[in-house]
Amino acid sequence: MLDLSWLLIAIPLAGAALLLTWGKESDRFGHLIATACSAASFVLGVVLFVELAGRDAEDRSVTTDLGTWIDAGPFRADFSFTFDTLSSLFVLLITGVGTLIHVYSIGYMAHDERRRRFFAYLNLFIAAMLTLVLAADYLVLFLGWEGVGLASYLLIGFWQHKPSAAAAAKKAFVMNRVGDLGLALAIMTMFAWFGTTSIAAVNDQVHSVSGNVATALGLLLLLGACGKSAQFPLQAWLLDAMEGPTPVSALIHAATMVTAGVYLVVRSHDVFDASATARNVVIAVGVITLLMGAWIGCTKDDIKKALAGSTMSQIGYMMLAAGLGPAGYAFAIFHLLTHGFFKANMFLGAGSVMHGMNDDVDMRHYGALRKAMPVTFYTFGIGYLAIIGFPGTSGFFSKDKIIEAALGHSVWVGLAALLGAGVTAFYMTRLMLMTFFGEKRWRDDVHPHESPSVMTVPLIVLAALSLLAGLMALGSWIEEWLEPAAGHAEHHDLPLPIIVITLIVLVVVAAGVALAWLTYGRRQIAAETPADSEVSAFTRAGRAELYGNHVNDALVVRPATHLTRALVWADAKVIDGFVTGGADRLGEISGELRKPQTGFVRSYALMVLGGALVVLLGLLAVTLA
Amino acid sequence: MTEYLTLSMLLFSIGAIGVLVRRNAIIVFMCVELMLNATNLAFVAFARQHGNLDGQVAAFFVMVVAAAEVTIGLAIIVSIYRTRRTTSVDDANLLKA
Repeated sequence: MLDLSWLLIAIPLAGAALLLTWGKESDRFGHLIATACSAASFVLGVVLFVELAGRDAEDRSVTTDLGTWIDAGPFRADFSFTFDTLSSLFVLLITGVGTLIHVYSIGYMAHDERRRRFFAYLNLFIAAMLTLVLAADYLVLFLGWEGVGLASYLLIGFWQHKPSAAAAAKKAFVMNRVGDLGLALAIMTMFAWFGTTSIAAVNDQVHSVSGNVATALGLLLLLGACGKSAQFPLQAWLLDAMEGPTPVSALIHAATMVTAGVYLVVRSHDVFDASATARNVVIAVGVITLLMGAWIGCTKDDIKKALAGSTMSQIGYMMLAAGLGPAGYAFAIFHLLTHGFFKANMFLGAGSVMHGMNDDVDMRHYGALRKAMPVTFYTFGIGYLAIIGFPGTSGFFSKDKIIEAALGHSVWVGLAALLGAGVTAFYMTRLMLMTFFGEKRWRDDVHPHESPSVMTVPLIVLAALSLLAGLMALGSWIEEWLEPAAGHAEHHDLPLPIIVITLIVLVVVAAGVALAWLTYGRRQIAAETPADSEVSAFTRAGRAELYGNHVNDALVVRPATHLTRALVWADAKVIDGFVTGGADRLGEISGELRKPQTGFVRSYALMVLGGALVVLLGLLAVTLA
Repeated sequence: MTEYLTLSMLLFSIGAIGVLVRRNAIIVFMCVELMLNATNLAFVAFARQHGNLDGQVAAFFVMVVAAAEVTIGLAIIVSIYRTRRTTSVDDANLLKA
């Protein structure tokens, strides 16, 4: 049964192919086919998961070989999939949250005439993402990696009639290519050093080569992870990616695809175990991104961009945990799962709010929505409690574990994570207060209403999961479950007892909430965004997304533009000048030569005679000399 | 011997000048024939001097070529005359740059 893991991919892939090739008559039921495919994949995933859980810990990894993909000389890449403890959790997350978002999209995209295409892309995404997490070979993983990039591009730019959406899709695609280059180079490095790209073989052999190779490999993999997971310095695309339909933001740019970088690091954990340098860079990237994302989240008035900043920040937490080595892998995956639930929940909640507010995303135009949209409010509220780490919710367990592990690694990293938790509490409270509490600041023609049940039911399910996913931490279940795939989780000695750390985290979180309440809860909120000149430098920097786009512009875009212009000039003037100039000269010479051809036969005859005389005289001269 | 060659040279020069200065295509043709026959005379004279038949064989070849050339040339002149009502070579000047 477990060797059926390829079917998980095949079902949604078939759904995508069917919907993309079937004509207009499938417009009426295409979305149902897509949802059914995703749900079928989920059911199969659950069956496989239960079967895997029934095995002994050391047997919990099944590799299915579908045949040879590439066979060239000594190199061989197999089309094979591994269903183990790590990928099984991802399968459940992707297909489970994916199916809920399919259901939600039925309502959200109900009035879009290209809905069938949207669902085809969603199925394509599910198939590609499953390929990524099930792959047993880095080349197959790369196939899925590029597949999710393609699906992300297609879905960000789904409303391609908006120039901003088209530009955002292109930006995401190009920035992802930078990361993909890192992953591609990593795969080539594996081939050069190990002669194989099989994930298991590479992770087995990496300990037997010099540390520098492991470091190079780790840094290249991290570059790939940074691109896909919007980590510093490749973070700039994620905020623009919010141009896509909101279910896409929830599924791809919050719950699943952007966490692929974390998956890659955990999946390649032996590489990072072998190189402390690479681990430290991962930690640095995680810490920088978690603070940057939180900073941006504090300043955005666009509800989706505030959530996107938060996503960056939370993935920063996961990266940080993954960089901690064996002590953090399980917690990175744990936070990834809980974040998948509560962030998808909040993104879908934001979509529900937008649905009721005529697609307005500006939180300054919201306010007092808790009465108008009770289901959205309560489910969003649970997501909110989970992300700030309210005791008992899933985020409380997953984030505390990371902060504890970070403190165990180094006090400074721990303090940064703690600060991040406080800022998270601040910006999420701000978002809640601006959206659901306070005065009505609605535009005139807006009549907020609760969304249809096809949209609220997924919200309720996700809210329940956000609340209960913390149960995975009971009795260290998640660490034991992941041990065959991610190695044994060591526990460092902590500088303080765990209960004290938990209390400190709670105090910091409470301080963040209180600060937000003082700033946004007590005072009237302006119905228009204050101009840049009226706000602090802190806010200005956050609104400008910490000048990430400016840096990219100055370092890459403008030099590249100048280089391109110079090349175009060189092509037009030098190369074309040489080629067309030569042709022009020949043409001019021919023009001159053409002039004696007058059409008068007698002048031709004279030329023949003259020529004959010249030849004759020449001969004479030669014979006489 | 010199006399034959002098006559041949004179006939060739007359023919060449005739080709260059006359406009009537028939006359031009006659001058071309004159040039060909001047060379024939030179061929035969040299054959006599060397005591072998090579020059005479060449003269026969020239006659055959001249006959063929006249046939085609006259046909062209006749067709030009039919369309343009003239035999002047200066009027047949369409092929030019």
